[in-house]
Amino acid sequence: MSAAPPSPAPRAAVDGETSRRRGLGWLLLVPGMLWLAVFFLFPTIQLFFTSLYDPSGSYEQGYTMTWHVMNYVDAVTDTWNLFVRSFAYAGIATVVCLALSYPLAYAIAFKAGRWKNFLLVLVIAPFFTSFLLRTLAWRTILSDQGPVTSFLQTIAVLPDDGRLLATPVAVIAGLVYNFMPFMTLPLYASLDKVDHRLIEAAGDLYSSPIAGFRRVTFPLSLPGVVSGTLLTFIPACGDYINAELLGTPKQYMVGNRIQSAFLTEHNYPLAASLSLILMAVVVVMVVLYIRRAGTEDLV
Amino acid sequence: MSEPASMVRMGRGGGVLAGASAGVGRRSFLRGASLAAMAVGVPGLLSACGTGGAKVEADTCTSTDLSAKEKSIVFSNWIGYVDPVKAKDTSTLEKFQQETGITVDYKNGDVNDNEQFFAKVSPQLGDCRSTGRDVFVVTDYMAARMIELNWVQKLDHDKIPNVDANLLESLRSPSWDPNRDYSVPWQSGMTGICYNSELTDPVTSFEDLLTRPDLKGKVELLTEMRDTMLFMLLLEGSDPADFTDDEFSAAIDRLQGYVDSGQVRRFAGNDYVDDMKSGDIVACEAWSGDVINLLGGGKYKWVPPSEGFAIWTDNMLVPNKAEHKANVEELMNFYYDPVNAAKLAAWNYYLCPVEGAQQEIAQFDKSAAKSDFIFPSAETLAAGHQFMPLSGDQERDFQRQFNEVMGG
Repeated sequence: MSAAPPSPAPRAAVDGETSRRRGLGWLLLVPGMLWLAVFFLFPTIQLFFTSLYDPSGSYEQGYTMTWHVMNYVDAVTDTWNLFVRSFAYAGIATVVCLALSYPLAYAIAFKAGRWKNFLLVLVIAPFFTSFLLRTLAWRTILSDQGPVTSFLQTIAVLPDDGRLLATPVAVIAGLVYNFMPFMTLPLYASLDKVDHRLIEAAGDLYSSPIAGFRRVTFPLSLPGVVSGTLLTFIPACGDYINAELLGTPKQYMVGNRIQSAFLTEHNYPLAASLSLILMAVVVVMVVLYIRRAGTEDLV
Repeated sequence: MSEPASMVRMGRGGGVLAGASAGVGRRSFLRGASLAAMAVGVPGLLSACGTGGAKVEADTCTSTDLSAKEKSIVFSNWIGYVDPVKAKDTSTLEKFQQETGITVDYKNGDVNDNEQFFAKVSPQLGDCRSTGRDVFVVTDYMAARMIELNWVQKLDHDKIPNVDANLLESLRSPSWDPNRDYSVPWQSGMTGICYNSELTDPVTSFEDLLTRPDLKGKVELLTEMRDTMLFMLLLEGSDPADFTDDEFSAAIDRLQGYVDSGQVRRFAGNDYVDDMKSGDIVACEAWSGDVINLLGGGKYKWVPPSEGFAIWTDNMLVPNKAEHKANVEELMNFYYDPVNAAKLAAWNYYLCPVEGAQQEIAQFDKSAAKSDFIFPSAETLAAGHQFMPLSGDQERDFQRQFNEVMGG
């Protein structure tokens, strides 16, 4: 575009430029749109149809389409308790994540000095090994005979026959650990952009550090809080690995039920309707949240 | 970017994203997006009519056997089923490779649970595509299901004379493969109780396992519906080989009770072995041989529960589109030589399906030859139970009830 000659007739040139820009905008959208169409939109439509198949079909015989809307009713009546549990666990995990990540991100953004990049690499470091391996490692860490459990028993936080592994605490701790980078990074990005002169100005106007934080820093970091909580809460709702490896049947989340319906029962209509209900509920919750929190500029 | 007007616009928008939305308005974006959705959605409409079954038409899914050219096999099995592959002087697999020149890519633990494994291979086999495996080992009911779906290649009995000569009489004609045309037993085994004698008093019945207060939260059951429900049915006083839907539901309620009470820590596949080792559980439902070959015996004891125990056979199958069937047949033939079978059984401690292995084993391992694990007496076998064959509808219904308990 820099090759465009300086135009003698500004009006016409602007129009031409605008339509070329419009074309370029579309062109830039194509790869992402295609990707999402093939790997998200198409499977979701397929999932929608699958959720309406006749539940009396089977994997061996095949499923026929009967627009069986009752699949959704059955799914909810059978598993509403798992939905409640999933949202509770994901919600708690998100709050804990925020409480732990905010000071961390704050320290990296404002206090880390030349260690900033190093600390950021440390935040991302867990991604160098697989999610599954890290969760398996937690089983060793929290094991009944392991150091954490025996320490907590010694200081009488846990009763002698108490345990950490295979409890809700372990599942939520696993969720917190696994999703913490998704909370920390957006928070850091927001905090790092905060203009220090504004904080100084608050001080100049006799604001206490706490009031300054509450009225200046925190509001300016809200975009990071919103995107961090979304990036944590949404995947945590659908997670089943933590519940499977660190929990017991009493901690299973809706993801575990979807997995067993898909993989061991081959009850595709049930699994599909559960997946779509989960998706729909999450979307509704997220929309309400964003409406309330505002998304002027999330990035 | 030499054009001033657009500079202004970009500048105000404050970023790349804002610039793009200036180029493509929100309305036109939405219009375009919905068009794209329709374009992609149209092929999706095809599957709106349902899906075909996974059953393959008999003799339509064939492949060329490359065994003559490619001396290799990919072999998927459960853990603890072949003596350690790396031990040069003792490993049967190593011996097989030396004798035949066929390299075996042994996938230890590729099978962890029958249903999970079915889920792994069903997309390919239901669609007549290669699973990348030449032979795998699954339990009777799963072998029956796969054969029924026409997913398995027919074996050439001329190439497996040892199987014909030495297969135990009792295993020769299961109802689902009366002539062993498609399957060859790998090992049989028993499901019972394993406990850690250092951490708990002996656990000799399922009643104890599931109600004793000192075992609360330190017990695991298997994710295999048939294994676990067999014991629930026995506890209910039902016959696992012949029960009604109501009896099954009663057994499910009983299981739910044990889960609700917190007695059962979790449900596990073959990985229950890890939880026994870490000491997180002190007793569990377990497969007989594992206790010797994976846990090393010693403080880990396996007992047939006083209510009775489950007996089953795992079978080798050659899936459709596997290209090394003749090599696999050589492997089957190799393991049905009593000398090799004896060597294998002396390590894995599962019920040996090969006639004559007991005499062989006696020559180098007296205690194994007398073991009730490998060569159970008729008396022991009499207490063994098998699970009733299920219709497709029962299978789905029972599995769903079971999953609902496992799913909290």
